[in-house]
Amino acid sequence: MGDYTAEEIYSIFLMQSFSGVSLLCIYVLMGLGLYIIFGQMGVINMAHAEFLVLGSYTMCLFSDFVVESVPALTNFYIVLAIPLSFIIAFGVGYIVEWLLISRLYKRPLDTLLATWGLSLFMQQCFRTFFGAREKSATLPEWLLGSVAITETVEIPASGLVLLALTLLLTFGLILYTKKSKMGLRMRATTQNREMTNALGINTKMTDRITFAIACGISGIAGAFFTTIASTSPSAGTNYIVDSFLVLVVGGLGSLFGLFVSGGFLALLSSILEFFMTGSLAKVWLYLIIFIVLMKFTKGLFSDNVREK
Amino acid sequence: MKDKYLSGSAGQIFYDRVFKNKEGLVGFLILAVILFVILPLSLDTFRLNMTGKYLSYAFAAMGLVMCWGRSGILSLGQGMFFGIGGYCMAMFLKLEASDPESTKIQTTPGIPDFMDWNQVTELPWFWYPFKSFPLTLALILIVPVIVSTIMSFFYFKGRVSGVVFAILTQSMVACTWYLIVGNQGYFGGINGITDLKTLNGWDIKTESAQTTLYFVCVAMLLVCWIISRFVSETRAGKVLLAQRDKETRVRFSGYNLTVFRIFVFGFAAILSSIGGALFTLQVGFMSPNLIGIVPSIDMVIFAAVGGRESLIGAVYGALIVNSAKTMFSEAYPTLWMFLYGATFILIVLYLPKGIAGLYTDKIKPLIFKSKDK
Repeated sequence: MGDYTAEEIYSIFLMQSFSGVSLLCIYVLMGLGLYIIFGQMGVINMAHAEFLVLGSYTMCLFSDFVVESVPALTNFYIVLAIPLSFIIAFGVGYIVEWLLISRLYKRPLDTLLATWGLSLFMQQCFRTFFGAREKSATLPEWLLGSVAITETVEIPASGLVLLALTLLLTFGLILYTKKSKMGLRMRATTQNREMTNALGINTKMTDRITFAIACGISGIAGAFFTTIASTSPSAGTNYIVDSFLVLVVGGLGSLFGLFVSGGFLALLSSILEFFMTGSLAKVWLYLIIFIVLMKFTKGLFSDNVREK
Repeated sequence: MKDKYLSGSAGQIFYDRVFKNKEGLVGFLILAVILFVILPLSLDTFRLNMTGKYLSYAFAAMGLVMCWGRSGILSLGQGMFFGIGGYCMAMFLKLEASDPESTKIQTTPGIPDFMDWNQVTELPWFWYPFKSFPLTLALILIVPVIVSTIMSFFYFKGRVSGVVFAILTQSMVACTWYLIVGNQGYFGGINGITDLKTLNGWDIKTESAQTTLYFVCVAMLLVCWIISRFVSETRAGKVLLAQRDKETRVRFSGYNLTVFRIFVFGFAAILSSIGGALFTLQVGFMSPNLIGIVPSIDMVIFAAVGGRESLIGAVYGALIVNSAKTMFSEAYPTLWMFLYGATFILIVLYLPKGIAGLYTDKIKPLIFKSKDK
């Protein structure tokens, strides 16, 4: 390290921590939709990763469309693509809840199997309609550049947008669950379905909207993942394990826990990947998670720890 | 009424536990006849070998019936144990295939070829036990028990169950997959362990050997079926069944559920491991993609299609799903995935007890209609 000045080391440190923060954001985005579906509704959605991929495909196709038909919009289409991927994932989620999930609320393990079937089905849909090849979105130039904070510190623009998006989605979600009428209904339904029903709230509709919103959020997350990696029909299998683990480690039903465990996993995996190859780092990451969960079987911040 | 388990000879007790009644015996005999007589007579060696491959998945499916259907512990990680058995067998066969004579062109003769390619110059310590066949067979039975106990003890003790445990077992499979892929020099990486030729000098690639292996596989399957039936009729099996339906009640009756759960999880692990070992013998190679996340869930699908509470159903489930997969995916690969996904959703929605449930709820009343009334 002899050749570096203190300032340079400081900048490297800053940039590295920022890339760690980006990783945290990715983990949180992966887990956010599941936080509602799994953490709040108690439904396990193995097709969760496919909703991420659905968002990614929306983004890719929309960018293709914009570049070909309306090149003038190339720099700003992301602003449109993100709501669009929300709407599409929301719609698909709505239909899925109506046809499939609503019949299985009393059988959680069966939901897991049925949604696995759904994920196979969706994967094949992607393969048939969008082709088996990997796809990536044409990104606007400003997203590919980086922002120079000082002379030596440069931060990638996409990372900043990622951070902003994560914070925005999280705060939006908190506002929705804590302040809005629908959020109140959602929490009431989660706590006591019969009572909520008796009070004249349409719990079925509440479930449907909640599930669809969670899918929509996953869609947004997926749309943003196109800035990091390309998309293929089976890309979901890369996300599925990580997104469930980040939720389980944090403790089901705790948004704060989701952030902490996202940070924990990001920190761990960057440290591990510094010392060894990618797949071995994964092995150690999972092993450490298993050991942590052996001690904290309910996750780091489980619901009852917080409330009682 | 006399307690039938206290009176009666050992043979009678055995009969009562394993077959329960005539119907159980007939079901077992039909399966045995199909597997031992009808299939070998009607299929050529190639197809028979494939059937043998499907049957080795049936071991894992039977394990799932024991631990998921009858005990309520869904494991998405059977692939890991299937892999342990498969890799143990593959390591033994690989060591036999890479004797110093046939590997003399390598820089280090006498070690498996992929080690040589990856600049490993000495046989790693954990490969040594696989030089001996009896030790390999023992390890196929012991390693899954050790791994499953370590992996489940703290979780069952901390009352992790249901969905979260399923997710954890899935992560374990992912972990195993990365472990094998990451250690190319020790486990052959993504290519797996290939070029397995002989078992104690006996060429396993010939047609007669493959037929023999098929019969070995069927015999093992039937033995495992009998053991599983016996276990599920013991008191442990009944406690497990009871805790599936009313967990708190069993706990308050004074049972320590951790022990029972670890037992059944380990039992399922052994069954999968045996299946994996037979798989390697019949297919002639082992690779991480055969034991990853997707194959593990496939095993759950076999059990679900066959009927999650029926051990015989699991065998039929593995046979039917796999044959359908082979037939359809050869002709219409695209259609197959749609069909597979959709069938699975429909079975979960409308036939939660699978084919076995179809039999007990629909066909049986038709046959025995006159008797009931």
